[in-house]
Parts: sequence; C-alpha cells; structure tokens
Amino acid sequence: MSEPLLSVRDLVVEFPTRRGTLRALDRVSFDIAEGEVLGMVGESGAGKSITGSAIIGLIDRPGRIAGGEIRLRGERIDNIPEDRMRSIRGRRIGMVFQDPLTSLNPLYTVAEQLIETIRTHLGLSEREARERAVALLDQVGIPAARRRIDDYPHHFSGGMRQRVVIALALAAEPELVIADEPTTALDVSVQAQIIDVLRDICADRGAAVMLITHDMGVIAETADRVAVLYAGRVAEIGPVRDVIQAAEHPYTAGLMGSIPTLTQTAERLTQIPGAMPRLDAIPQGCAFNPRCPQVMPRCRTERPDLLARGQGRQVACWLHAREGVGDV
Amino acid sequence: MSDALVRIEGLSRTFDVSKPWLNRVIEREPKAFLTAVADVSFEIRRGETFALVGESGSGKSTIAKMIVGLLAPSGGRIVFDGQPMTGTDGAAMRKLRKRFQMIFQDPFASLNPRWRVGEIIAEPIRTFGLASGAEVRREVARLLEVVGLGARDAAKFPHEFSGGQRQRIAIARALSSRPEFIVCDEPTSALDVSVQAQILNLMRDLQDEFGLTYLFISHDLSVVRHMAGRIGVLYLGRLAEVAEAKRLFTDPRHPYSRMLLDAVPDLAMTGRRRKQVEGEIPNPIDPPSGCAFHPRCPLVADRCRREVPRAVPSGDGMTACFAVEEGRG
Repeated sequence: MSEPLLSVRDLVVEFPTRRGTLRALDRVSFDIAEGEVLGMVGESGAGKSITGSAIIGLIDRPGRIAGGEIRLRGERIDNIPEDRMRSIRGRRIGMVFQDPLTSLNPLYTVAEQLIETIRTHLGLSEREARERAVALLDQVGIPAARRRIDDYPHHFSGGMRQRVVIALALAAEPELVIADEPTTALDVSVQAQIIDVLRDICADRGAAVMLITHDMGVIAETADRVAVLYAGRVAEIGPVRDVIQAAEHPYTAGLMGSIPTLTQTAERLTQIPGAMPRLDAIPQGCAFNPRCPQVMPRCRTERPDLLARGQGRQVACWLHAREGVGDV
Repeated sequence: MSDALVRIEGLSRTFDVSKPWLNRVIEREPKAFLTAVADVSFEIRRGETFALVGESGSGKSTIAKMIVGLLAPSGGRIVFDGQPMTGTDGAAMRKLRKRFQMIFQDPFASLNPRWRVGEIIAEPIRTFGLASGAEVRREVARLLEVVGLGARDAAKFPHEFSGGQRQRIAIARALSSRPEFIVCDEPTSALDVSVQAQILNLMRDLQDEFGLTYLFISHDLSVVRHMAGRIGVLYLGRLAEVAEAKRLFTDPRHPYSRMLLDAVPDLAMTGRRRKQVEGEIPNPIDPPSGCAFHPRCPLVADRCRREVPRAVPSGDGMTACFAVEEGRG
C-alpha cells in the first residue's frame, strides 16, 4: 500500500451561527486504502455524516471546510470548483444514503435513473447502458431484473429500493463508495441482506467503502478498520477486531461495554456518565475529559493528538502518551 | 400459573384500510382489511420482564396499545390481575388504569413541550388523587431523584433536556401513579448506545426497587436479550414462539426465530459469515396462506401452505410450527 485511495488530513468543518462559529469537525485525519472497508462510528452529533458530506463536497451552507485537506489518489478535492467536483461525485465516489426513498426520484423509473447515470459518466449508448443497468440490478439481487427495471421506485419494498440505490451508486464503477447509515431504516432480516450485497459487490469491483453507522454490530461484521468519532474528533482508529476487543481510548471502551450483545449476559451494562457535549460547549483539552473515568490534570488543558500505536492503530488519549511512542 | 399479572387471550385486531366509498364503487373494489394482530395469547407474570420482538408490521406496537387501552381489540380479551379489561366501565377501569403505565419510543414527542417538567410528572398524581398541595411537589422531587435527575429540574421545559434525560422524565411520569405494570414500547430506540445503556440500567434498577412488571417491546434482539426473562417472537401479527430468553437464544425452535437470530449483527461476529436470509416480510394486507412464514421457510411442507399452525406447548413456552410439531425441525 503506497498511497492511500483517500486521505483526509486535519479536516475542519465550521458552521457560522448567530452565537458564534460551531466546529462540527475538528482536525479529523484518516486514510482509506484501496478496496478497504473503513467503518466510521460515533453517536449522534459526533460528525460521522459531516465527514462523508465534506468528502463529496456537499456540506450544507453556511457550513464550510475551514481547514485541512482531502485527497483522492493524491489529488486535492476539497478546494476544486463545483463543475470538477461533479465529475468526481457519482463517477469516482458513489453514495448510498439512509433513506432509499429520498435518493431515488419518484417520478422516474429505475431504468431511467440508472441509464442516465451510466450514460452521464461512462458515455455508453442507450442500449449498452440498459444492458449494464439490468446486469447491475441482477448483481444486487433484484429478482427478474429485466422485467422490474421499468418499475417506479414506489413499486419496490424498502430493502429492494436500497438495492436499487446501491446499484445506482455503483453504476459508474466508482473507486470509493460512501454509505451513510445504509441499513438504519431497514428491518434486521433485510439489513443483513443489504450488508452482504454492499460488501460483496464492492469487493468484486475493488471499490473501497466508507461505512458510516451508529451500529457497532454492522461495523464488526463488515469493516476492516474502524474510526471512532467523538465530538467532531477522531478518538481512535484501528483494525476492527482490535478496537472492539481491546479498545485503547476510554470512550471506545465505554462504548463497547454499553452495547448489549447476544452472547454475553452481564447484569448491568457499562455506563458512561453524561452525554456527548454540544458543539457550542466542547470542553477544553480532551473533549471526553468530563466523562472519562481515567481523567488526568493534563486532559483538562491539552488536547491529545492521534498517536500511532503500532499495527495500524492510532489513539488520541494522554493515557497512551506516557508509554514511549509519540511521547512529548 | 396463578402468578400471571396480565393474561392475553386470543387477542386480534384488524384495521379497515379500504379506499373511500366512492372509489370502491367506481373501481368495483371490495373493502380491504389489514390484520395487524391475529389470535395472540400469552401471559406476563408478576415481576418479570416479558419482551415482544418482531420486525416492522409484526404487530408489536398494536398489542402494546391494546393492552394500555389506546386501541380497542377486534377480538379476544386482556385480563389484568384477574379482571377482564374489555367491557369494563368507567369507574372500575379508572381504578385499573392507575396500575399500569406506558413509556413511548420518542421522548421528543411524548412530552408536552409547553408544560414544565414538574407539571408533566404531577399530572397523573393529581388525576388519580394520590396527593395534593405541597405533597405533590415533594413527590415530583422524589421521582426526579429516583430517575437520576434533580428536584430543580421540575421548573424546566422538556426542550432543555437531551434525549436520554427526556426519557428519564417520561419514566418519572410513568412511575408517578405508582403502577405495578409498565408497557415500554421501544424505549431506547431513539437513543444513542451510551445513553441507551444508562436507561436500560435505570429500568432494571427501578424494577428491583419497586417490583415492577414490564412488557418490553423492541426490534433490537440484543437489547431484549439483556432485559427480558421471557420472549415472544411475532411474525405478521401472530406469535411464532414464546420461550425463556436463555433458551430462545441458545436453542431457537421456530424457523423464523432461527432466521432472526442469524441475521442480527453482533460485536462477537467479526469476520464471520452469516447464513443468507431469504426473502422479505410479505405485505400484511395480503398475507400468505397457511403459515405466514412459509414462503421464506427452509422447512416448508404442503401442510404449511394450507393450514395455520396452532401454538403447541414446548418446554416453558410454545411454538407455532408444523415442522417443530412433526419433529422435522
């Protein structure tokens, strides 16, 4: 792995408001390697979706990228003009959102939407594009794709619609797919199917996936690595198994303990006191310090940076700064 | 079985989903009905947590609403502590009504935004005449402390609280009439996991402290596993299986229960491949004949397409499946 497919460095996203500027993302850094599935977890307001929107250049005004850079194969994409961004969005970066009804146009048939996307980005003829669309629907598991392609989105069930959205996201053979809560609106039995489809079809094509979700179970099964966000900052990044089984950041440890699992039956779940701070009241130093069971004086004044911990792990916590690597 | 606090007997509910009369006449369509709950029977024992799980459209919330009296059943009856609730008139119902409460999913919708927290919690106390004057205020302060908030919070409005704190307020209100039985409809689905853990822990503590009985409704099997003693699995308005929690998770009998358990993403599942889940939930307006699960069932036989399986006692619970009945499972 020489150069990462996507590289995000010190990304800052700000929203000016009447009462001052809110920092939704504060120096977020991570990489996604080619063909890799990176999970992005965090509670509501942690900045997961904003990270996804920033990458595809779709941050709602008046929000803006106020610092840092985003590179796709080494080329900066955070400060390019909108018309160039449009040739990347959809073509090189595909998107799957939570609610399939909002990402499909209800007035056009599935065929029209798929063919338009394919022709816009790949320049095929109408007929070739249609063949390709049928093949795609077939791959995402729509039964009788050739017949159903001319149906409207409302003719499909929620799970089938999300399959169509995945087909649409992959229509232009993107290098990266950003999936923002792709299964949150679905029932568990359907969720399992959609995760399988997303993972398999991306693996087939070598597309990398940035999987944004609040569901650790989904991440555990799907992702290669996981980044844990807290209050607009990265708390920890590492291979998914390591982060789940041996979290290094006290927030991650608390988060994992608070999730009830099917296999173990603890009398009580681990409890993190309090709630995530609001963006206008992020504490000084480490954002987690008021809730942290292992807080030290330093945590209240200085913000810890992401420290490399070996084996691809990084953690932003002063507890680990003492032990050598990256010691100050 | 004398320790049953709530007994549900053959409960059914259908909804009229017909088009307006004129459309029906012009388009020559008959009336259309949706059977949300069909012939559901179970009992909830004093002091236990009974959970109902199922996917959307399985009838979980409809059952909850019928139990607390927000919906009238189309058939069957609900017996609370020996007294049937259907057909009970005003005064007797009021007395019964005091003994059970409900907690809803969305704490942003279930609290009146124009009322102060103190008034929200005091309302049931006043309605049921449990206290008056300064006593009400003391009781509200006590309840706020029981759920982990402060007496001073009574003067605030709901919008000043986070989702988790609002759910605590909803719990305080539910506790204010000193109920024995609380129906919890997806109480943590709108909350983040770390906050969910706080609320689930609180609910368990309250159960121990006040000897509460819970009917816990959720689509999240891991949460149900953590909370419930016994579990009923619903599919398209019918109970597929009722079992002790431990048994259901180690040895699910009904093919639907097995499929559901296989489908749940879990932290322990890293790198493991799940069994592929077949198909989707059918449209409840036009459910499959016989056993509603038969089009997705790996153990389907001819009989399953024709007859609706009855609930057959198995161990501590029951299973409604011909394959299990005939020993094919």
